[in-house]
Amino acid sequence: MNWITNYVRPRINSIFSRREVPENLWQKCDECGTMLFHRELKDNLNVCTSCGHHMAISPRDRVEALFDGGIYAEISVPEPLADPLHFRDQKKYPDRMKTAQKNTGEKEAMLVATGEIGRTPIVVACQDFSFMGGSMGMYVGNAIIAAAEEAVKLKRPMVLFSAAGGARMQEGILSLMQMPRTTVAVQMLKEAGLPYIVVLTHPTTGGVTASYAMLGDVHIAEPNALICFAGPRVIEQTIREKLPEGFQRAEYLLDHGMLDRVTPRGQMREELITITRMLLGLPPAIRGDLPPPDPTEETVAEPVEKTAPADLDPKA
Amino acid sequence: MTQYLDFEKPLAEIEGKAEELRAMARANEEMDVSDEATTLDAKASKMLEDLYKDLTPWRKCQVARHPERPHCRDYIDALFSEYTPLAGDRNFADDHAVMGGLARLNDTPVMVIGHEKGDDTKSRIERNFGMARPEGYRKAIRLMQMADKFGLPVVTLVDTPGAYPGKGAEERGQSEAIARATETCLQIKVPLISVIIGEGGSGGAVAFATANRIAMLEHSIYSVISPEGCASILWKDAEKMREAAEALRLTAQDLKKLNVVDDVIPEPRGGAHRDRDTTIQAVGKTIERMLKSFDNQSGEELVHNRRRKFLDMGSRGLAA
Repeated sequence: MNWITNYVRPRINSIFSRREVPENLWQKCDECGTMLFHRELKDNLNVCTSCGHHMAISPRDRVEALFDGGIYAEISVPEPLADPLHFRDQKKYPDRMKTAQKNTGEKEAMLVATGEIGRTPIVVACQDFSFMGGSMGMYVGNAIIAAAEEAVKLKRPMVLFSAAGGARMQEGILSLMQMPRTTVAVQMLKEAGLPYIVVLTHPTTGGVTASYAMLGDVHIAEPNALICFAGPRVIEQTIREKLPEGFQRAEYLLDHGMLDRVTPRGQMREELITITRMLLGLPPAIRGDLPPPDPTEETVAEPVEKTAPADLDPKA
Repeated sequence: MTQYLDFEKPLAEIEGKAEELRAMARANEEMDVSDEATTLDAKASKMLEDLYKDLTPWRKCQVARHPERPHCRDYIDALFSEYTPLAGDRNFADDHAVMGGLARLNDTPVMVIGHEKGDDTKSRIERNFGMARPEGYRKAIRLMQMADKFGLPVVTLVDTPGAYPGKGAEERGQSEAIARATETCLQIKVPLISVIIGEGGSGGAVAFATANRIAMLEHSIYSVISPEGCASILWKDAEKMREAAEALRLTAQDLKKLNVVDDVIPEPRGGAHRDRDTTIQAVGKTIERMLKSFDNQSGEELVHNRRRKFLDMGSRGLAA
């Protein structure tokens, strides 16, 4: 038409749209309903500052908060066959994968990384419940095996954060076969004499609980996490009675002898440092803040070997 | 009286008619029905053949769950001698959904462990329909470790809808018990072989079937979840179990293609329940053959090969 509609109006619009308030500045606590400011919530590791409810945290946010200065190196995971069964329910499995990848920005449901916590080198595997319910398929199996192999190679303890609805049905029997496969991974660690610590987060259920998540040297859970084999709804349908309050929650499992500890997320890092260092026969960690990372460096580019102090070799 | 499955209805009619005719002939001496009865028999036999030639996955699920299908107990009675059941997990209870003990297979002592579903209302309740509680898995762990200590091969017979989803089972650590049983399977330095004789239901089956060699009866199933469960989660409709059974690839034939099972044992025409003895003997032959294949392997090799087998799984998919 003319230069006003073609040029001036878009410019004006773009100036205004830039000033729009970003979304998701506030998040509502699922439990108590308090509106929480996003930065404050992030600083508190997605734990409600009002009621202490533990909300989901992405594996990347978790490992960034866990490792000294947020520095870690991601360990690559061997790529499994995509859609080995050509599974199709109401949607095709590859389409469900694409949606999950788009929604999470992640390739799959587990992140494997190595770095230091309290100057103690460890390998971490972290499951992502937001990616197809964290479900355990070939990739998750490969990730745990890769993590265990890396831990054995570098002689480092392994810490695994579990979060999953169970096995990935779209991979059928091959998802079920991840139970023995991941158990082999745990055995590699045990035979190498390396600590294997499982942190069970909300929710950890089904075949995941019935394999690597229940085979740790130490089991720690986050408060109120649902941890079970069969979910409460299935049990209620089977036995046709109401289940007691808190059934299958972390504190309940602690009472029934399935966990060593229930630890709030804010204290998890300290606790993991304390336990791994004792299990490795290392002196107590140096307390206090560590120097911040060099902002000019890429966080993932840091080679870990270079930063590993000599006294951390368990054999030294 | 044979119990017919829903897809066997037309067959039931023909076999019923033949039976009726014969009953009439028995009552009335002058009547000669042999020709007609033979025709009907032939028709029924042809129909049975056709029905079972190409069973759909859902029909296989039904056959695998057939109440008259031979169960663990039948195999133990027929194939093993001196069976001496051993009970209890030494912690809490004896789980009747899992049976096991010392026995001889052709004079060779072995440890045999399996799920038992029961064969009438009373025994089914006692056996909890083959759904084990933690005690069952812990009993199996104990028996596997005993076999390991004394160098006895372990034979497991898998037939379970899955681990029992109950309150007590959860409280006493169902997941931990299954995880430990799988771990024990991967640790023992003796041959471990497994036959899936009916239903291989999820983690409850893995806990017994993490073996050096795994065989499956032709119409048995092995799956991560029941087709009904899968349908209600992915289709939001439990009635879509046919589609789910199809998608899950739970048949012995598909699992062989995926390298998850080593052998498929053929069943008699019309399924294991129509000729129990032949089925049981075929399973026996397979067990003997599988056990023989380990004669020259050391304990370390057995463990190594078993782990390798599972680590390598998933490298082969199904053709589109």
